[in-house]
Amino acid sequence: MLKTVFTDQVALGSVQAALAVAVTLAVMLLARARAIHLERDIVVAVVRGIAQILAVGSVLLLLLRGPRWTGVFLLVGMTIAAATTSARRARGVPGAFRVSLTSIGLGAGSVIALMTWAGVIDTAITALVPIGSMIVANAMNTNSLALNRFRSEVESHVGLIETALALGAGAKETVSPYVRAACEASLIPAIDSLRSLGIVWIPGLMTGMLLSGSEPIYAAIYQFVMIALIFSASGLTALTSTLLIRTYAFSPAEQLTLRPGPAAGG
Amino acid sequence: MSTLETADPPLLEAAHLSRVAGGVRVVDDVTVRVRRREVLAVVGPSGSGKSSFLRLLNRLDEPTSGTVYLEGRDYRLIPPRELRRRVGMVTQTAFLFPGTIGDNLRVGPRHRGQELSEETIAFLLEKVGLGGRAGSDVRHLSGGEAQRVSVARALANDPAVLLLDEPTSALDEAATRDVETLIRRIVGDQKLACLLVTHDQAQAGRLAGRVMVLAAGKLERIGATDEVPHAEDRLH
Repeated sequence: MLKTVFTDQVALGSVQAALAVAVTLAVMLLARARAIHLERDIVVAVVRGIAQILAVGSVLLLLLRGPRWTGVFLLVGMTIAAATTSARRARGVPGAFRVSLTSIGLGAGSVIALMTWAGVIDTAITALVPIGSMIVANAMNTNSLALNRFRSEVESHVGLIETALALGAGAKETVSPYVRAACEASLIPAIDSLRSLGIVWIPGLMTGMLLSGSEPIYAAIYQFVMIALIFSASGLTALTSTLLIRTYAFSPAEQLTLRPGPAAGG
Repeated sequence: MSTLETADPPLLEAAHLSRVAGGVRVVDDVTVRVRRREVLAVVGPSGSGKSSFLRLLNRLDEPTSGTVYLEGRDYRLIPPRELRRRVGMVTQTAFLFPGTIGDNLRVGPRHRGQELSEETIAFLLEKVGLGGRAGSDVRHLSGGEAQRVSVARALANDPAVLLLDEPTSALDEAATRDVETLIRRIVGDQKLACLLVTHDQAQAGRLAGRVMVLAAGKLERIGATDEVPHAEDRLH
């Protein structure tokens, strides 16, 4: 219906965005009616989301005219931004930014590099940047989940961890069950995405390819490829992140530094 | 200074030990020596730094200044795992690992690649009054039994020093007396040096030869238990 009224794409997009925002605000009001106050978070997220995606659109517009390698710089910038976001989410975890940057960089970076080299991801900026950003964003989510879960596991088991330390256990051994739990929990969304692909959801990439006229079978296969790459990058990120974080949770003298607060007691 | 303190070379010596945490000086320049077969009670009001002081002795926390000597050796030169094996600790809450009592006793030795024999486990459990219970699941233990397992588990590492952080504060009177009897016996049998954090002055009197009073992290007073009769007044 809108397309018949608005022929200009920018005008059409603006109206579509306004309708999407209206639905978001309606959800916010529903939540408010149930005394769940998300107003500030939702308004800030909506404004930030619009501003950021328009900024990226503008940058992509500029990059399309530039050499292909500029896409790599954009992905590096996205990785740093992802590490910052993830580290902020894991506040209180020692070395969170360094762990996040290394894990996302290694997890997402190696998969993007390998698959671009193999020809699975096209080097054209219009392909490399959006696909790379999907991989980086998912690696970021996995990393945030891993760090958060690790922190809460350690904080709820301080007594057992310090008991093991006091009995002469090595620092890394004392947290190995919590490292495993954090790694497994952080990969649940990626595994579920892979498992439910096509049944529960048809992801955006496939939708986009279909809309742009690609062969449906190829669009479906390529979507599977992307989800598999996202899973691989997320898996590598989670493994790296949980491997590194156990080192940061302890001092060189094997004292637990990741604690809920100062030691209580007399 | 009491004659007890100068009789033998100290097994454990805290030298000008201090720790600042969150901008607060939780332990402030504490110097104290403990000999073999001696129980030194650590008393003081809540927040006086008793537990914080104990955690410095097995290096679960790092001193901001000062150090500890174990048999005359600066503990910073001893690998932390070895140090903690030799300076055992029993906490207020007995944090037991899932499994059986025997599994819990095996934890410490296993970390240094040793397998505790069934005979040793039986011997240790006999010592803490839990003979024949090696196969019992720790989920079914009472508070007093759990604390006994905690003591046996620390002993399985064959420590030279035992740190007891309010080991009976969560127990009823009967269980408290049992654990006190156990402490008295093992300190003598194993020739241990023992530091006992307690808020109970009567318990300090029953178990310890000397008592040190901490206030705001500082060592306020130390002496034979009967020479520090008014420490009780300072506890609350």
